[in-house]
Amino acid sequence: MKRYDAIIIGAGHNGLTNAAYLAKAGLDVLVVEKNDYIGGAAVSRELHEGWTYSNCSYVCSLMRQAIHRDLDLSRHGLILVPYLGSVNYDDVGNTLIAYNSEEAAYLELKRHSKHDADSMFRFQADLTRYARLIRKTLLRTPPDPTSFRRRDIHELLFLAKQFWSLGEKEIYEYVRFFTLSAVDFLEDYFENELIKQSKASSGIIGTALGVYSPGSSYILLHHVMGDVDGSIGAWGLARGGMGAISKAIASAFQSFGGEIRTNAGVEQILVEGNKVVGVALENGDEIRARVVVSNLDAKRTFTQIMDEKDLPPGIYDKAKNFKIRGSSGKVNIALSALPKFSNVPDNAYVNRGGLELTGSLETMERAYDCWKRGRFSDDPYVEGVIPSAWDPTVAPPGKHWMSNFIQYCPAELADGPWTEEKRNLFGQTVVDKIARYCPGFKDLIVHMEVRTPHEIEEEIGLTEGNIFQGELTIDQLFFNRPFPGYAQYRMPLKHMYMCGSSTHPGGGVSSACGANAAREILIDLKRPNSVPVDDFYDE
Amino acid sequence: MSDYDFSSERPKPSHFQQRQDELNIHDAWSSWNGYKFAEYFYDVEFEYFCVRNTCGTYDICPMQKYHITGADAEKMLDRMVTRDVTKIRTNRASYVVWCNDEGRLIDDGTIFKLGDDHFILNCGSPCSAWLDKSAFGFHDITIDDKTDDVAAMALQGPTSCAVLKSMGLENIESAKPFSINFFDFQNARLMVSRTGFTGDLGYELWIDHNLAIPLWDAVYKAGHDLGIHPYGDQATNMLRLEAGFIMPGYEFNEALKTVHFEHDQTPFELNLGWLVDFKKPHFNGRRALFDEKKRGPRYTLTKLDIEGNKPAEGSFLYSNKRCTEEIGYVTSGMWSPAAKANIALAMIETKYLEGEIWSEIYYEKELRQYSKVARCTIKHEPFWSPARTRATPAADF
Repeated sequence: MKRYDAIIIGAGHNGLTNAAYLAKAGLDVLVVEKNDYIGGAAVSRELHEGWTYSNCSYVCSLMRQAIHRDLDLSRHGLILVPYLGSVNYDDVGNTLIAYNSEEAAYLELKRHSKHDADSMFRFQADLTRYARLIRKTLLRTPPDPTSFRRRDIHELLFLAKQFWSLGEKEIYEYVRFFTLSAVDFLEDYFENELIKQSKASSGIIGTALGVYSPGSSYILLHHVMGDVDGSIGAWGLARGGMGAISKAIASAFQSFGGEIRTNAGVEQILVEGNKVVGVALENGDEIRARVVVSNLDAKRTFTQIMDEKDLPPGIYDKAKNFKIRGSSGKVNIALSALPKFSNVPDNAYVNRGGLELTGSLETMERAYDCWKRGRFSDDPYVEGVIPSAWDPTVAPPGKHWMSNFIQYCPAELADGPWTEEKRNLFGQTVVDKIARYCPGFKDLIVHMEVRTPHEIEEEIGLTEGNIFQGELTIDQLFFNRPFPGYAQYRMPLKHMYMCGSSTHPGGGVSSACGANAAREILIDLKRPNSVPVDDFYDE
Repeated sequence: MSDYDFSSERPKPSHFQQRQDELNIHDAWSSWNGYKFAEYFYDVEFEYFCVRNTCGTYDICPMQKYHITGADAEKMLDRMVTRDVTKIRTNRASYVVWCNDEGRLIDDGTIFKLGDDHFILNCGSPCSAWLDKSAFGFHDITIDDKTDDVAAMALQGPTSCAVLKSMGLENIESAKPFSINFFDFQNARLMVSRTGFTGDLGYELWIDHNLAIPLWDAVYKAGHDLGIHPYGDQATNMLRLEAGFIMPGYEFNEALKTVHFEHDQTPFELNLGWLVDFKKPHFNGRRALFDEKKRGPRYTLTKLDIEGNKPAEGSFLYSNKRCTEEIGYVTSGMWSPAAKANIALAMIETKYLEGEIWSEIYYEKELRQYSKVARCTIKHEPFWSPARTRATPAADF
């Protein structure tokens, strides 16, 4: 039977990126995917005729330009369109609009607080400085701080140099930053509640932390360190939905001779001695390969498709205790017309940008309290985007679809398992909240898809539906991701690797995890390495 | 402000001015051939993306439009331009260049053939004098400058065909690239050519100037749900560079306006050799171009992909990383959001095309000047060339 050079488990965007780089280096590569479609959580699906939802991830900012360019993804059909501006609503419907044009944005801030409008400049400068430092690590393999290998020392020196270039004061600030809560961080800049909540909301997206929880300030940074065409903090939409990203990477992979098999869920990673030798599929097929790369999250990889007895002691426990908590839901709604939201001029920014129903810091914290008690938030933070206001390919002309990201929604409810009834109730809560700011919204609904962490786990395979494949807290970041000692994409068994968002640099549609893992695999297989290291250092 | 000293120097309004004034919120105006002309309307990048993602309109009222009629019209144009005009079929458009006797490029433009004795020449700069000169010896010919009488707009981008369809232009989707089509618009004749300057699916709309505002309104009404937005000169410059199209003032200096010896260009230098047809009878610049073809052009306009993300605008090019041997210069350069590459067009001495090419790039970071030397790779295809640009029937998006 045929033996591949590499098998990648899971055709999410990182798995495909990893596969593309291995195939580009001349390896014989197979990607196996449990669903009948590819893309994992970067996917476009027509769930109602004429409407195409990005039904998991819905916006994009972290996608590494170096990879987009290197794999020539534009030629494979990918185009990323920046969206401009967003609007924040407080509990009673007051708005703060983040305009795209600088002068309008400044005047809008000034309308709320003169002090904060000026302070925003310092905030942006500080945040950009932090973001720039982290951005440099995205396409680099984290060094192992305990090894004395030449490469690790070299990487540590590189980091030290970057760190040192911040200046003494900023080094202290930077270290502090990783342990602060989003609110604590923002208190240093702003006095206005609406302005604070508009920034704090980035600190809780996808995470089981609240705006007052230590560590949420890093989550905030994680959401603003991406860019669109060099504009740091900007977000974009993939034309055709997020699936366009996976499709383009798959197309690049196939152009290098790679093979994708769908409806091919992995039952078990095959181990002989201390070596991984292939996979057994759910349909009973066994496929062998020189290396096996898991794009599944760390918990699922080690506790679901591996046998505890095949693993060295300790790893199973680490995986079991890996923090990967489901905290977000998604409600995708097809609309018969563009909804009209209250208190925004001509709706231009609501239609086209983000719609942030943040309420207040207190409201967001209470939403978190619900989660802690095993309930979905009764007054959740909703981030809405209407991609169809930008993208002519995802809904019929004049019709729209709205993506709503909901924080918080637990994977397991205190009052027993998720049922269809509870899921509908969750969807209704979200629709009610949107309708508070958009009278008539309910009349526009043509179709609705409600996804709790339960559905996300069932369909996409993300444990607990955690969008980052593991919390982005400092104990699980950088050389601690997924576990201390295993941050260089090699797993404890020989010939086994991981390439998903459970690895550095973590969640988001970045392709960075997959590319970094490919670099390590190519080094081990003694193949020429063509994975780019971001070359935008002079930005 | 009528007593303002310089009032009489105010640029002339375009036929679409009334609508464009409403939309140009930054009042970012420059001018083109005396007409007031938008640099951008809302935001350059936004407008650029409208054309790559939905659609946009561009005011081409200031473009020169010469109607050339009469039994000698075809012969006259054939003698003037380098391409074989007799091969253009009726209701087809053709991209052409014309040269002086030394084979240096005067301008580029499009010829529309409306009938055996009826042509339109559209071009960026006024050229009445040159047309008169070119008509020397022909008798049955009339050259009529219709620039001020015609309102014209480019409608470009993936949803442009859908906009025209929704305007009621029947069967527009089956119009082929470079075809010219006619429709009734408020009892007048609307001419629609499948042409443009963006490298994307797109059309140009031509109508009597009295119907400029009604046409604008009809297009914008039809485009309301299809992402329509006007774009200005700056977005155009990005779009045409991605498509690999040349622009006067960047890639070429019009020969008739050139002071310094050979600071103008030839079609071969501009990589437009495919437009020069030596099989047809005599044309302006033929001998010089024939010699040049045998000899090979001194420079060749080249598409470059440059490492890093710093635009190489105005850079010198070298044959080695130490920058000891200069081999050319960048004519236009930018970060391409669609191609996700640092792209440029450059004039490079032909004999150096085989070797390494390095670009010395200067850039600024918070008031401090930096420079870097970046490796350049030659590209043979346009940086942006989606299949939808050429596909017939044209798609809805």
